[in-house]
Amino acid sequence: MQSLRWIYSLYYDGFVNMKVGKTLWLLIALKLFIMFAIIKWLFFPNIMQENFHTDQERSNYILQQLTKEK
Amino acid sequence: MEHTELLIDYSRAQFALTALYHWIFVPLTLGLTFIIAIMETIYVKTLDKKWKQITKYWMGLLAINFAIGLATGIIMEFEFGTNWSNYSWIVGDIFGAPLAIEGLMAFFMESTFFAVMFFGWDKVSKQAHLTSTWLVAIGSNLSALWILIANGWMQHPVGMQFNPDSARNEMENFLEVIFNPNAVSKFLHTISSGYVLASLFVISISAWYLLKKRNVAFAKKSIVVAASFGLITSILMLTTGDESAHQVALNQPMKLAAMEGLYKGEDRAGIVAFGLLESEKEIGDEKEPFKFMFEIPGALSFLGYHDINAFVPGIDDLVYGNKEHNLLSVREKMLIGKQAVQALSDYKKYKKQNNTLAMNEALKTFRATSHFMGYGYLKKPEDAVPDVALTFYSFHIMVAAGSWFLVLFILVLYFSMKNELTQKKWLLRLGLVTLPLGYIAQECGWIVAEVGRQPWAIQDLLPVGMATSNVASTSVMITFWLFAILFTALLIAEVKIMLKQISIGPEGH
Repeated sequence: MQSLRWIYSLYYDGFVNMKVGKTLWLLIALKLFIMFAIIKWLFFPNIMQENFHTDQERSNYILQQLTKEK
Repeated sequence: MEHTELLIDYSRAQFALTALYHWIFVPLTLGLTFIIAIMETIYVKTLDKKWKQITKYWMGLLAINFAIGLATGIIMEFEFGTNWSNYSWIVGDIFGAPLAIEGLMAFFMESTFFAVMFFGWDKVSKQAHLTSTWLVAIGSNLSALWILIANGWMQHPVGMQFNPDSARNEMENFLEVIFNPNAVSKFLHTISSGYVLASLFVISISAWYLLKKRNVAFAKKSIVVAASFGLITSILMLTTGDESAHQVALNQPMKLAAMEGLYKGEDRAGIVAFGLLESEKEIGDEKEPFKFMFEIPGALSFLGYHDINAFVPGIDDLVYGNKEHNLLSVREKMLIGKQAVQALSDYKKYKKQNNTLAMNEALKTFRATSHFMGYGYLKKPEDAVPDVALTFYSFHIMVAAGSWFLVLFILVLYFSMKNELTQKKWLLRLGLVTLPLGYIAQECGWIVAEVGRQPWAIQDLLPVGMATSNVASTSVMITFWLFAILFTALLIAEVKIMLKQISIGPEGH
């Protein structure tokens, strides 16, 4: 319990006493929001997860890609 | 949808863009954490408050760099899943395992001790704080280790076997993957270049203070630490660069030939100290490759094979073969690669027919030929050659810059020791303007490593054209420009916040 309180105060005091850090955290939050909530969600589906249900289907697809006539 | 050239080009361009931007932030973190740890060690040893102020100031700039650069690498993971899904599946655990270890071990270690380093000045003992600072430095560098092991494997795939049932490479020998000589030399060369960049960063900002006659004592102390660290790590960088080139010569001879613009192989091959490539030069023709050049005889043979008389194959030898030196042509490798592809196809067919005997026979042929499987997908032999001009100039800029950094560190340290640095305005100005060159050299290093190994996503096994996903090229184009805008905005933010903090100076911290 003592150590949990210590960890809490480490972070709490650290964040409260930040100067430049507040701007940086705002930037980090904004950046992560853009990356995960917009870019990842809209433009970056995991093709193999979305298009196939099982690993067997994924393997078959890749084998077909690797062996198809060019 | 077909794998168009446009899709491949944009997928590559997008990956290059994100990797190059990501690499603006990473090397500074790798090196600055160690410089800060050294400064704090001096503080703990001497109990001189000035060293505490110095440490805290550079820590502030590290925080800005870390915060802005944080998660820029995650974009590459998005790209693996979307644009490079064939590649991601084929590399399987080989790529996944080092990255997972990186996430669990190094990143966790780094993040945990980051909080103590930034917030714990008055919460923990001096020794505990110093330990945290050192652990942040070690943790950051361990992160780089696992990423570079994964990259080293792509340059020189070892310790695995391709499973024709799952279509994935499966790890057979973890130690072989970790101690892959390509990965080891790449890791050491990359981190030492990060240390050099961080030294230039500290010298550049301190030189600015000295030119402005501000924070003179602070700047002088910072410069001595940075120049000493820079000098030692420059020597490490040059030594590991030599080993990297040796590994390239052994495993990626085409890259070495492109790095030097060497078309016709020769004994006692020289290194081009400086030169201008002939833009009309084509593979296999008789034109001179250079408009002009100055060469150091025997140096390339020595760099590549540690033997001044060794034969270094040129691009033409590697493309068209050289019987005298037992070099297969790309066309011969393409035939072997096509055999591997056919054997894989037969294996699949016989598996469907439950014909175990024929399956085993096909597998045997596949195992005997799969080391050149990637060549089976090339359309013509010349496709095995990377962009020579880009590789050549990037390599030479990197080497020239790296050599200059060593001279700079020696000069700065020499005049610092003589206590004459503040009078040497020319040197301070040089120190100030060398920082952008440090970043250019960093990016050039990656261009050599990645452009120089084209057309391969995995050396000899998988060309980039086979590694991309079947996605619309317009989608990749849109995200390319989105990233270009996002990363440029982040870079502007970094530079603005950083410049503001530098102009405030250590007294404002």
